[in-house]
Order: sequence, then structure tokens, then C-alpha cells
Amino acid sequence: MMSNEHVDEISGIATTGHEWDGIKELNNPLPRWWVITFYVTIAWAAAYTIAYPAWPMLSSATKGVLGFSSRNDVKKELAAAEAAKGNYVAAIEQNTVSEIVANDALREFAVAAGGAAFKVNCVQCHGSGAQGSAGFPNLNDDDWLWGGKAEQIQETIMHGIRFASDLDTRVSEMPAFGDIITPEQITQVSAYVASLSGAVKDASLVEPGARVFAENCVACHGDKAQGNRELGAPNLTDAIWLYGSGETAIAAQVRAPKHGVMPAWAGRLGQTAVKELTVYVHSLGGGE
Amino acid sequence: MLEKTQVAPHAAEQVNSAKTRQPLYAARKKIFPKRASGRFRQFKWLVMAITLGIYYLTPWLRWDRGPFAPDQAVLLDLANRRFYFFFVEIWPQEFYYVAGLLMMAGIGLFLITSTVGRAWCGYTCPQTVWVDLFLVVERAIEGDRNARMKLDAGPWTMRKLVLRPTKHAIWLVIAAATGGSWIFYFADAPTLAGEVFRGIAAPVAYVTIAVLTATTYTIGGLMREQVCTYMCPWPRIQAAMLDENSLTVTYNDWRGEPRSRHTKKALAAGQPVGDCVDCNACVAVCPMGIDIRDGQQLECITCALCIDACDGVMEKLGRERGLISYATLSDYNANMALATAGSTTPVNPALIRTANGTFSDGLAHFHLRKIFRLRTFIYLGAWSAVGLALLISLLTRERLELNVLHDRNPQFVTLSDGSIRNGYTVKLLNMIPEPRTIVVTLQGFPGAEMSAVGIELPPARSFDTLVEPDRLKVLKVFVRQPAGQIEGIAQSFKFRIEDKAGLESAEYTATFNAPEIAR
Repeated sequence: MMSNEHVDEISGIATTGHEWDGIKELNNPLPRWWVITFYVTIAWAAAYTIAYPAWPMLSSATKGVLGFSSRNDVKKELAAAEAAKGNYVAAIEQNTVSEIVANDALREFAVAAGGAAFKVNCVQCHGSGAQGSAGFPNLNDDDWLWGGKAEQIQETIMHGIRFASDLDTRVSEMPAFGDIITPEQITQVSAYVASLSGAVKDASLVEPGARVFAENCVACHGDKAQGNRELGAPNLTDAIWLYGSGETAIAAQVRAPKHGVMPAWAGRLGQTAVKELTVYVHSLGGGE
Repeated sequence: MLEKTQVAPHAAEQVNSAKTRQPLYAARKKIFPKRASGRFRQFKWLVMAITLGIYYLTPWLRWDRGPFAPDQAVLLDLANRRFYFFFVEIWPQEFYYVAGLLMMAGIGLFLITSTVGRAWCGYTCPQTVWVDLFLVVERAIEGDRNARMKLDAGPWTMRKLVLRPTKHAIWLVIAAATGGSWIFYFADAPTLAGEVFRGIAAPVAYVTIAVLTATTYTIGGLMREQVCTYMCPWPRIQAAMLDENSLTVTYNDWRGEPRSRHTKKALAAGQPVGDCVDCNACVAVCPMGIDIRDGQQLECITCALCIDACDGVMEKLGRERGLISYATLSDYNANMALATAGSTTPVNPALIRTANGTFSDGLAHFHLRKIFRLRTFIYLGAWSAVGLALLISLLTRERLELNVLHDRNPQFVTLSDGSIRNGYTVKLLNMIPEPRTIVVTLQGFPGAEMSAVGIELPPARSFDTLVEPDRLKVLKVFVRQPAGQIEGIAQSFKFRIEDKAGLESAEYTATFNAPEIAR
């Protein structure tokens, strides 16, 4: 280091005293406002590290005197979001699902919230548009095994279907008629059932099929095969077939029926979410 | 080997010599504009009163829109995303009206600049207007040019200790009023004013006032002409709009030169003498600190105060006004050619005057028809076209709109009776501040019926619904067609909406999907 008071001979400007290979650095001062701004930013940075979490310590960092934490900020925002929903959630808790359906504002909120819950919990079986698939009911249509009124849908979601660990679950079980009636009778009754909603290949099977039906099936499906929602017995005269339409699919279901299982959701999601889901499903177009 | 004397020297110059190099940072030299008086100063007072009046008073104008909309004439309601301008109400999707107005402002600027030069800079630019206002305060407190220069150079006497803070305090009050007025454009002005003074307005209101107070004070009070010279892009852009037929503030050296402070002595010596007496009055009044006699320059905002100053001097001397005047480059060039006899010789004042001292008939004067030239017609045409398009669009725009979104998942639903149902999200836009009963109808779709979630009606071809004033209503509508009447996997039909009381209607062509098997 050389003396600070050295003045460059050529330019007459003081140097900073730094020299590299004979090249000296002239000390041209910066504009004062610039220098002041520079010092202010340094002071600001120092104050910032005191005010906010900054300095790394052994196990964590300094907390900062303002007590800021990004986690707390998220908590606050979530709390604010919850608070914003609070009135609606309280109203949903207090009202029955029918009342929610009848109230425009509550219904809109419940449909949005229920739609979100549906995307997480229900789409695995019922599909992202609630359109179902073979064995999994389409929730958009107007055909309901257990009833399409809001309260009935709520009951189904709460307790599930054939869900063994819920005592109030909805249960129906069609016997496997392969062990009860002959294969010929199965062919006949399948033709009869298919004829109720469409044409069949061999019309001569329909009449004997009707007799088989009257002897074995009317107890649950009704004498006009219109189904029975108390028992969860499907309407066999309509255009909607959970396990496929046509004589072959019907015969398979008569011989050894498939029985879908839906879990009970009340315990997992809570009453509010179940109500929201109910209103969402009810709003899909088939609600009664 | 060459001899030393045989090496030819290069004609090179060390342009970056330390002895001649300018410093990179130069401190601003203060400008103390003298008060001007005259026609242009009068005009500028008028423009200042109008522009400041518009800015400060507009939010307080009322405009009755009925009980369902705010009664503030100009309101940017950001919270509800509505823009009110007297009889016009704009929704966010109609923002193209603002875009159109901005285009008109841009083209209008071209038009004005190509005819009368940088009139925007000189008269109406907020920077010019507020600097002018701050200078009024400065003159009132500290006196005119000479008094201010003396005060500035002098020591910190008691008087200076009183005057300086007073000036800055008044500037800050003006700046705060400027920032304060801005926020009234975004909320109901009387309500917000009450809230601001009681300290219960939203924080963003105070932050906005603080920021705009700071910028107004700094940019208008402290930085002044530096903003125009160093920060503003307009001078560069506007300069490109000028041509040889644009009026601009011009020093007419064809009659001013050779300038002389000792006219009589020079005349006695038989030297030619121009009208300019080199009194520097034009420099003293200039808020930009330039000398207009150097010719048209980037710093000149064409505020025309130098014209007033020079005209005053010319009148006192008994000479014609207009030594500095609004002139076009072509007139100026013609007169210069006359004054120099078409050569490169210095200006000879005798050449532009007749024997008895009046101006020669050969002098070119500005003629109004120079305003009407191809360039200005093109600007005017473009400006009018945009304006006309906006006007027609505004007069014919729909205040009842319909948007329909077809459900994609599922595309269709088979119902128990075999009929097919499609779902639609139907959005009804009631864009007037009155509640309206809207009739939704199906058009051209045999056998189809619809029902809407939340509307307790049996399936029908048509239903009514009430839409709140100035609001969008979203309906979930299900359309259902019996199995026997389905004609293909994608049928076209129309939703039609009508205002039950009025004449307005709207239509939307939608598609109805059905499975192949349902046919």
C-alpha cells in the first residue's frame, strides 16, 4: 500500500493508493446522492437481518425481532380463507341437504366445495365427470338404485353400500340363480327382461321367461320389473344397465350377480363434506 | 532500413486525452426562469387552469345512473371491475374502448405535432403544467429571477431559513393534493375523502397518496427540466413527427442577425445590424435553460415563453413582433435564402427590408393551407376512422349478452327412458344497472326440453329468470331430447335470450351430442 495522499501527476487527481504493475486507481468521487443511497442500502440490509430471520446459527437461524415466519403467513392466509368460508360452512352444518339445495347461494357454495371433494374421493370409481362405468353407477342420470332425493343420496354417501364395517350401510344381495333355476330358464328370463326395454332375438322365449320372472324375481324387482328402491333392486324396464344391457349381460348377472361395494364416507369426510358432496351429486342433473 | 525522417506521420488525434476529457458526472446548473408576460403566457395560464381543473375536479362530478350503480361521473371501480365514464359503462371485456382511445391519443399527438410542433410538451403535458404551478409558488415566495438567484447564492440568513422551507412546504401540499386527487378516481370521492381524513381508508389509499406526493414533489419541484431532457422518450419520438411544414418555435435569424448590443455604434460604423439586441430576455424566461437562438433543439418544449419575452422587447424598441415566432422550416429556409441572397454569406438585414424599412414582399409567411397536407390528412383520417369505429361500436353495442359452455365430461347422459341429456353452463350478462327478467328459449330443436338447476319449473322450451342489475348470472341448464327424435351424434341448435320488458335479445349456437347407439 502506498500513501493515500498521492496525487496522479498527469491528471492531477488524487489516487486511492492502490497500484498494480504501475497502474494507479484514480479517486474520482461518485455523485453524493449515489454514495448516500449506497450507504442507506447497507444500513437497510443490516437492519433487515435484525428485523427478519437471517443469521444461520447451529440448529436454526436467528428469528428476527419482527417475529416473521413464512409458515405463520401461510397459516394466517389459510385461517383467513377458512374464515371467509365460515358463514357458508356454518350454514351448511345447520341446514338439511334439501334446504341447501333450495337456497341459491348455499347451493352454489356446496356444489363448488362438493365438486372439489368429489375430485379427490369419488372419481376413482365414478369417473371425473361422475359418468360412471360398467359396475359403477353414472350419477348424472335419473336412475337411482337407492333413491335420488337429496336425503337419500346423503344416506348413501354417509353409510355406503354393502360396506361391512358400517352397521347402517345399504345392503341388497341378489341370489345367484345359477344354483336355483335351470340354464334354460335363465335364457328365458333374460329374454323377458331384455324385451321390457327393447327387441329380443327370439320372441318365443319371452312368455316362458315372464313365468320364470313371476316365480322368482317379482319379490324384489316388482311385478312389472319396475324395481324397488327400498331394497336397492334396479328398475329393469329402463334404458340404464349398471352391468351392461342385452340378453347375454343380463343372463350373466342372473346366473352369478356382481355386487358393487361403496365405502361409508361419514367417518372419513365428516358431515359437512358429505352434505356438500350430496348437493354436488344432486346438482348433476338427476336429483329428484 | 528506412531513415527516421522517411516515416510519414499519421493525422491522428488523441481524442481521449486526460487534459481535455470531460468529467463523467456534471452537477445540474440551476435554472431560474423569469416571469414572462404576453399572449402565450396568457394562453398557458388558461390551459393550466383547464387541465388542473379537470384533474382535481373530475372525481367530484356526479352522474345519476339510478339506484343500482354509483353516481360518480368518472369512476374506475377496480373492486367490481367496472369503468364508468358519464353515460358509458365499460365491462372488462370491453377494454378495447380504452385501447381505441389510446390509439386516438397517439394518432392525435402525431397530428398535433406535425402541425403545431411539440404543443403537447409545451402546454398540456402534466410535467409542464405542474412545473409551471411550482414555479408560480417559487416566484410568489422567493421573488422573480434575480431575487431568486441572489437568495440561492447568498448565505443562510434568517430570511432564507424562512423562505426555503415555506416554498417546499407549499410544494408538498400541492403534491399531496395531487396524490390525494388520484385515488378519488377509484372510489366514491366524497366517501373516500371522509375516510382519508378520519384515518380509516384502506392502506393502499395512503400508500398511493404517499407515492404520488413523493413523485410529484420530486419530479415537478426538484427535477423539473431534467425529466424532459433525460428521462422522457417523447422529445425523441415527437421530433420524428416534425417536418418542414410543421410550426415550431423559431428564432428568425434572417432578421435578427447580426445581433448587436450596440446598435447605434455599429450603424454609425456602417456595419449591418439585425433586430436582435442580444438582451438575453429569451434565455432568462426559458424553463429549460436553453437559448432558442441556437436553433431547434431537443431540450426545447416549445412553451413559446421566449416569443412573449422577445415580443415585449421588440415592442419597446418599436420594431415588428415575431423575431422569435412560430414558423415552419420551409418558410424559415426561404427567408434565410432571401437574407443571404441564396449564398453562404452572413445574413444581411438590408436584403429583407424595403428602402423605407418595412419588410420586403418576398418574405414567406405562414399560411393556413400548410396545415392541410397529405401527412395531416392521413393522421386525421386514421384518427377519425378509429373514433368513428369506436362511436359506432358504442352506439350499437349489446347490453344483454349470452355465453354458453357445453359440458365436456360427460358429453351426454342417457336417461332411464332412453332420452339423451346434455348439460350447459349458460351465462347471462345483464350489462345495464337495472334488474331484468330474461326469457331463455330453445330454438330449432324438435322435441327438446330444458330444465335449470335452482329453477323450480317443469321441463319446458322456455323459462324466465331474474338477473340482478349490472351482473352476470350463471345457470346450469340441462337439455333433453327423446330417443326417437335424435338426429345424429352432433346436432346444432340455438339458445335465445330476450329481455322480457325491452327489445334486446341475444343468441348462441350450441351443439347437442348423442351416442351413436341412441339413433
